[in-house]
Amino acid sequence: MSTDRLTQLLQSAFPDATELQVVDRTGGGDHFQVVVASASLHGLSLVEQHRRVYEALSEPLADGTIHELRIKTKGTA
Amino acid sequence: MSYESKIRDVIEGSDVALFMKGTPAFVMCGNSDRALQALRRAGAPVTAVDILPDPQIRQELSAISGWPTIPQVFVKGELLGGADIVEELERSGELEQTLREKLGDGYAERRDETTVAVA
Repeated sequence: MSTDRLTQLLQSAFPDATELQVVDRTGGGDHFQVVVASASLHGLSLVEQHRRVYEALSEPLADGTIHELRIKTKGTA
Repeated sequence: MSYESKIRDVIEGSDVALFMKGTPAFVMCGNSDRALQALRRAGAPVTAVDILPDPQIRQELSAISGWPTIPQVFVKGELLGGADIVEELERSGELEQTLREKLGDGYAERRDETTVAVA
């Protein structure tokens, strides 16, 4: 899967994101690192913040396209 | 055969439960290792479960926790998170703080690693 597709999915889930990064960690299209900073994450626990990211990427996670996902989230005030 | 009740027993009955790929003695995945090492550095008493013996273990665990990836760390029955969160909490000092709050000040004296098979 391309980083573009993941970026699209994250953009539609976090339209207000002030920071949105997707890195293909190995170049193989299945190990990704994503960074999301968004006001919609503000005040949520890390577990809840990561859940929002998992929800946004539920399809590629469920069908096995994403083998590994590293997540960094920030709730901006 | 369902593993659900055994999985729930481990989550609810352990101070710190770590669902991982492999065992602490033979870790099979880098992310499971990241979580394990952070818990070790924090002195956590860890009850580890290897999810690899049957894919159904992971399916049922994720259905219970609502968390799609492995590893998964629980403290006193509550999901703390995966490797990224555990490392982030360690860096901010919140990992030890949470362990102290939930397990008591002397938790590190009980530092221990147990491996439990659910399959």
